[in-house]
Amino acid sequence: MEIRTETTDGITVVSLSGDVDASTAPQVQETVLPLVTPGSKVLMDMTGVPYMSSAGLRALLSLYRQVAAKDGKLVLVGLSEEIADTMSITGFLDFFAARGTVAEGLQFLQEG
Amino acid sequence: MDILSRIDIHPTHTSSDGKFKLRRGRPEPFGASLVPGGVNFSVFSSYATACTLVLFEKHAKEPFAEIPFPDEFRIGNVFNMVVFALDYENLEYGYRMEAPFPAAERGQPAIHRFDRQHILLDPYAKVIGGRDVWGQTPDWEDVYHHRARIAFDDFDWEDDRPLEIPPEDQIIYEMHVRSFTRHASSGVKESRRGTFAGLRDKIPYLKELGVNAIELMPVFEFDEFENSRPNPQNPDQLLVNYWGYSTVGFFAPKAGYAATGKLGMQVDELKAMVKELHRNGIEVILDVVFNHTAEGNEYGPVISYRGLDNRTYYMLTPEGYYFNFSGCGNTLNCNNPIVRDMVLDCLRYWASEYHIDGFRFDLASILGRDPWGFPLANPPLLEALAFDPILAKCKLIAEAWDAGGLYQVGSFPAFGRWAEWNGKYRDTLRKFLKGDSGQVGSLAQCVQGSPHLYAASGRVPATSINFITAHDGFTLRDLVSYNHKHNEANGENNNDGSNDNDSWNCGWEGETDNLGIQALRFRQIQNALILLLVSQGVPMILMGDEMGRTQYGNNNTYCHDSELNWLDWGLLEQNNHLFEFCRHAIAFRNAHPVLRNTGHFRNRDYVGSGLPDISWHGTKAWYADWSAETRTIAFLLCGRHAKQGTVTDNTIYVAANSHWQAHWFELPQPPAGTQWHVFANTGAPVPDNVWAPGTEPRLENQQGILLGDRSVVVLLAK
Repeated sequence: MEIRTETTDGITVVSLSGDVDASTAPQVQETVLPLVTPGSKVLMDMTGVPYMSSAGLRALLSLYRQVAAKDGKLVLVGLSEEIADTMSITGFLDFFAARGTVAEGLQFLQEG
Repeated sequence: MDILSRIDIHPTHTSSDGKFKLRRGRPEPFGASLVPGGVNFSVFSSYATACTLVLFEKHAKEPFAEIPFPDEFRIGNVFNMVVFALDYENLEYGYRMEAPFPAAERGQPAIHRFDRQHILLDPYAKVIGGRDVWGQTPDWEDVYHHRARIAFDDFDWEDDRPLEIPPEDQIIYEMHVRSFTRHASSGVKESRRGTFAGLRDKIPYLKELGVNAIELMPVFEFDEFENSRPNPQNPDQLLVNYWGYSTVGFFAPKAGYAATGKLGMQVDELKAMVKELHRNGIEVILDVVFNHTAEGNEYGPVISYRGLDNRTYYMLTPEGYYFNFSGCGNTLNCNNPIVRDMVLDCLRYWASEYHIDGFRFDLASILGRDPWGFPLANPPLLEALAFDPILAKCKLIAEAWDAGGLYQVGSFPAFGRWAEWNGKYRDTLRKFLKGDSGQVGSLAQCVQGSPHLYAASGRVPATSINFITAHDGFTLRDLVSYNHKHNEANGENNNDGSNDNDSWNCGWEGETDNLGIQALRFRQIQNALILLLVSQGVPMILMGDEMGRTQYGNNNTYCHDSELNWLDWGLLEQNNHLFEFCRHAIAFRNAHPVLRNTGHFRNRDYVGSGLPDISWHGTKAWYADWSAETRTIAFLLCGRHAKQGTVTDNTIYVAANSHWQAHWFELPQPPAGTQWHVFANTGAPVPDNVWAPGTEPRLENQQGILLGDRSVVVLLAK
């Protein structure tokens, strides 16, 4: 699992590469959580994620909740069709804002 | 470290091989639960003297660890232990049990069946792997077939909870998860066909049809490969345990019914489906099978219960043979206090964790037998379920008979709660429809919610789950197309399935091009549906009957994973006039509370409307002919008496003619200031056979109406 983070103009872009599962999800949380401050805007670029397990989805939702608790915003971009389908079937997608591309994600975060 | 953390997050023991950190666990809850730092394992056995926890990585052939429960961790008969630092997402676990009894030989009777060689499934497993994808051939050499896994049980329900629709307002649609969308014609995305996700995609259809409850044939984990065998008519095809009336684990959803089963996410998928159904005003009732398990008789596989505690879980003869009141090899010992608690735990779990709205109990009369098989006067299990606080708003529906000869329709121990599948309703409606003599009296009881069965004991009309067809037996189309069952495809020489179908083929056995027969069959189907939907009580419709689904005369399709069971959605277009009829009839019921009374009729006017709540008529108004050879009957429901006079509705007149000749029915006067309008006339050609509620045309002749042979008319006063 490779995680790159970059903060510009008040938006933290997190790019993940590799599977997100029980073994890698804690790493994602440990990297991203310290960056979450009140009002944070986080874009998670999932383009490089081929597979997310149940634990991975839960870690992501937990992250989302912690961002929301600090009045921040989080958006997912670049979900593979299969992951988006799994998230839709299991109800996870209902809780997230998801956009197709990084540009669309940035636009979402900049609105309001 | 948070200074307020509990000290029991730290291990106190180490496993004998030095690899695992352990701690004394908690006996409750049973099963495997996530606790800080680890997993709490708890399993009971009344006779085992030692227990070993066996751990696998997901799908691994061999276990990666075997950890005996330290003796001091046992409390009473419960082995419990916390194991720390497990990758619980990729974990599968089972147990080995030991006891000082000789190992039982396969096929031989035995009171105890302990055998250290077997790795046993936790009866409380919330997720079960091993049959992750429907129909995928298992590894028959696997040392552990049905593998317990750990559920997160952290689903976010937001503001959802069970809908608590008043029982008398329910319209139930009985269905099979896989059959509903497995067919390519379902229009569901291929990866979702035959799954919970597929069903969810079809919610708009259920809404359009108008039902407000679905009753799912078993969705607890079962093994579709149980007793699987080649289809004698098509050796390339397997006959399987398709319906699933044979439970492997009572706490786990069927993985093969989930599009995400291969990812182990069936729990979330099923919950997401329930949540979405609730959003659309549709309740979910589960068909639960507590009368037996998938372990079969002395020759059956060792999966769980018999290896953990045979004497507790099963009814046994003194020699150690399995009693067979279920007709499926064994009988779960439901009135043993331990098993009773498991059933209660199970239903509480489904009601609270999955927001299930109700349960239909397969062969429920077995649940009223004592451990020796005798029927109990006040069965403790049925009482416990009726009075349970978590199940307090759940619908409890009994299939009030069993395969051991107990038939309790009308007398099922109800404790003020239990509803019943009304088998007598089914039989009477069928006999009346095909024109048998001597049926009008019984029919009159049926359309009133069977007061002859329920009123005296103070049970409301909604006690009666009215149905003409269900998964067991003919579909509605086959009921009017076959005199006899045609079960050759089941491979039992047509010996299986019921012979008492009360069906009539309308003049030709099976499919026919004869337009006259086709028209008669269509009329008979409409007659059945409309009588069902104007009856007091709770109507239940079998999946596909609204579009003319056929099983080609097979009345016991339990073993077919094929188009014999899969709903062909092409029928919706082909028989659109039938779907429209059914949809309007459902809408009519939903629009008229007078059809959905909370209490039984009193046969008098108690609101001062000038009409009794119900009155009986025949070909002459105010004169019902109850003699044996009569095949005509009509009744008038006074709208002012709707829901015990608490709401005002239209007055409704229903006339039925099951005679092979047309009859002129003289009409009673509609209430002052109203006139008769036609909602349905099954004797009229499409599209004049039914009208959308609210658009009913005025009946030209207000004095009377001609009912064609074998037809039903429903009029509305407005």
